[in-house]
Amino acid sequence: MGKIAFDDVSAVVIIGSGAGGGTLANELCQKGIKVVCLEAGAMQSSASFINDEWKSFAQLAWLDARTTSGSWRIAKDFPGLPAWICKTVGGSTTHWAGASLRFQEHEFKVRTHYGAIDGASLMDWPLTLKEMEPWYAKAEDKMGVTRSNGIPGLPGNNNFKVMHAGATRLGYKEVHTGRMAINSRPRDGRGRCLQLGFCFQGCKSGAKWSTLYTELPKAEATGKLDLRPESHVTRIEHNAAGKVTGVVYFDKDGRAQRQKARAVCVAGNSIETPRLLLMSASDKFRDGLANSSGQVGRNYMRHMTGSVYAAFKEPVHMYRGTTMAGIVGDEARHDTRRGFVGGYEMETLSLGVPFMAAFLNPGGWGEDFTWWMEHYSQLAGMWLVGEDMPRESNRVTLNRDVKDKYGNPVPNVHFDDHANDIAMREHAYTQGERVYQAAGAIRTFRTPPYPSTHNLGTCRMGARAADSVCNAFGRTHDIPNLFISDGSQFTTGGAENPTLTIVALAIRQADHIADLMKRKQL
Amino acid sequence: MQAIRIAAAIRDGSSSTASGRDLPLTRRQFLKGSGILFGTLAIGTPLAALAPSPAWALELKTLDTATGETLLKFGRVLFPHPSLPDAVYAVLVKDLDAMAAADPKLALQLREGVAGLDQATGGAFAKADAAAQLVAVKAIEGSPFFATVRGKCVTSLYDNDMTWATFGYPGESWSKGGYITRGFQDLKWLPAPPESASPPPYMG
Repeated sequence: MGKIAFDDVSAVVIIGSGAGGGTLANELCQKGIKVVCLEAGAMQSSASFINDEWKSFAQLAWLDARTTSGSWRIAKDFPGLPAWICKTVGGSTTHWAGASLRFQEHEFKVRTHYGAIDGASLMDWPLTLKEMEPWYAKAEDKMGVTRSNGIPGLPGNNNFKVMHAGATRLGYKEVHTGRMAINSRPRDGRGRCLQLGFCFQGCKSGAKWSTLYTELPKAEATGKLDLRPESHVTRIEHNAAGKVTGVVYFDKDGRAQRQKARAVCVAGNSIETPRLLLMSASDKFRDGLANSSGQVGRNYMRHMTGSVYAAFKEPVHMYRGTTMAGIVGDEARHDTRRGFVGGYEMETLSLGVPFMAAFLNPGGWGEDFTWWMEHYSQLAGMWLVGEDMPRESNRVTLNRDVKDKYGNPVPNVHFDDHANDIAMREHAYTQGERVYQAAGAIRTFRTPPYPSTHNLGTCRMGARAADSVCNAFGRTHDIPNLFISDGSQFTTGGAENPTLTIVALAIRQADHIADLMKRKQL
Repeated sequence: MQAIRIAAAIRDGSSSTASGRDLPLTRRQFLKGSGILFGTLAIGTPLAALAPSPAWALELKTLDTATGETLLKFGRVLFPHPSLPDAVYAVLVKDLDAMAAADPKLALQLREGVAGLDQATGGAFAKADAAAQLVAVKAIEGSPFFATVRGKCVTSLYDNDMTWATFGYPGESWSKGGYITRGFQDLKWLPAPPESASPPPYMG
C-alpha cells in the first residue's frame, strides 16, 4: 500500500469505500491517480465474516446514533435505526444481496413520463439510458453479473422454486434467477457460489462482488492507493476561493488528522454524505457545502419496500442458498392503470430465525406471531422493491440535540410515504400474496418495510444549479473540486436495486475526473 | 447463541436432580444469587440431546425467584410455543436479570411490572389460568415494562439454538460447505423451473 503524506495536495480524497467510493478508488488508481480512501469502518475479510445474523450485524452494521421522524413505520419500530447499512471496509457491498439491474429508459426521465405529481419533487436526470449503457456494460463486466457477458444464471433454490411456480401460474413471464453479481462459476479470481445462505452477513466464499476483495485490492496493487480504515471524516475544509482543500478525520486512536486533497469525493451513503456537507458549514458556506440550492439532504428516497412471507403444507427451507435467489420483473413497468406511477420488482428474500423474529412483524406478539415462527421451515419469502417519490420534505438534517462520540450532531432522517408509495405497496402486497396463493400457500403475511438498505437522492444531480446539488458527473455545482460519488446523486430512484447504477456512475465519474485533470481543470 | 450460557448453568447443575430441594449442600452454597430457577428437559427430545444434562438451574443475580418465575410465565404468554421447554424462557429471565443488575431503574420497572401482573390476576400471575394471564398482558400492552420484556424476548427466545433446533433452522452453513450439495433445491412438491429460468449448478 502506498503511503500518502498528510500535506500532499496532489491526491484525490475519497470518503467511503463501498460501491461508489471503492469503485471510484480503483478506477482512479488504474489511471495512475493517487487516492487516499478514508473509511469509517474497520477491515474485515471473508475469513472474519460471521454466519450468524446478530453477531454479523454487530460486526458490519452502521450503529452510530441516528434519529428518525415522520409517519413512516420505521420511526416507530426502529427509531434509532433508519437504515440497515454498513460501517466497514467495503461499505454496504459486504451486506448487499447482489441484484444488479439496469434502470429502464423512462426511469431517467420521470418528470417527462409521469408528469407533475402533487407532493413529489420529480425531476429528469441530466442523463439518458443511452448515455449510461456503455458504463452499465463496464460495471456488469467488472462485477461479473449473471446473464451478462455470457455468464450463466445462478441455480435457483427452493425459495425460488416456490416463487417461480406461483408467478408463472399467475401469468408472469419475466421470472428467473436474476442478474446477480454473484459468481455462478469461478471468475476474476473468485470461486463460485456455495449457496451458503448468508449473503447479508458478508460472503464467506467471496463469490458475491464486494469492493472489499475486488476493487480495493486491485487499487492497492497499483501502489497508488492509501486506504485508511477506522478513519471517520467530520469536516471538509475549503479555502477563500471556495475550493475544498482537504478533510479532517478522527483516526482509529481517536486522534484528529488533517489530510490535504486536490479533490474530495464523498461516498458515505445517502445519510452520512449530506450530513458531512451540512456539518462542514462555514462563514462562506453557511448552509453547508454545495448547498446553494438548499437541496442537500432533501429528496431522501428509500424505495417503496415491503415483504410477503407465505406458509405451505410442505417444507421449503428458504434459508438454503442465495438470499435473493430470483426475481419477477413483470411489475417493473410504468403503467398507471394499476393506480400509481413507476413500478416494482419482486425478489426472493429469506431471513434466519433470529431476524425473522425481529422483522416479520415488529412489535408483534401472541399466537398470531408464534404460528409463523413455528412454521419457519415451511415459509417462502419475497421482498418488494419499487420506485418511491422524491419529496423535498423527506430529508436528512442535523439533530443538534443528540451528539455522536466526536461531539457532532447526529443525522435525523425524516420520511413520510407519498400516496403513490402507499398505492404501489398495496398493489405489490396483493400481487405477492397472489403469487404464493397460486403456489398453494396456506397463509400469507404482509411484512412492513425493514430499515432502509437503498438510501438515495440526498445530493441529487440535475441540469440546473438552482434545484440540484451536482451535475451529471456528480461534480457539485458550487465547488468545482468536490464530487458526490454514491447513491446520493440519484435524481430519482427507479424500481431497480441501485448498486449497479452507483458502480456505473463511479466508473464514469473516474473517467471525467481523469479528463478534467488532463485538461488542467482540476 | 444464548443457549451456550444456559448450557453452562445446565452443566453446573448436572450432579443434581430436577428439584432444587434435592441439591447437594455444596451446590446450594455455590448458587448464591438472590433467586434460582430450576427445570428439566424432556428426555428423548432433540433439545435434551443438545444439553449435557436434562436438568438445568439458573442463578439470578438481582431478581428473586418469584419475580423470575413470573417473568418466565410472562414470556410464555407473549410468545407461546408449546414445543419450547421452560429452559428457553429461562434465558429470557437470565437476560432480564442481567439488565436489572446493570440498571437499578430497570430492576424497579421489572419488579413493579411483575407486581402489577400479580395484582391483575388476583395475587399470582404465574399460577393464574391462561385466559386470566392473557387479559392481564393485553391490559399492559404498550407500557414500558411490556416493551422491555417483549423486546428482550426477540433475542433471548429466538437468537437461541434450542429454538433454532426446534424450528428447524440450522444456523451457520460455512463449516459444512453451504448447501450447494446439501439440498438447496431439493423441493419436490412443485414443478422444477426450466433451465432458462434456473440453470443447473456449476460443479467444476
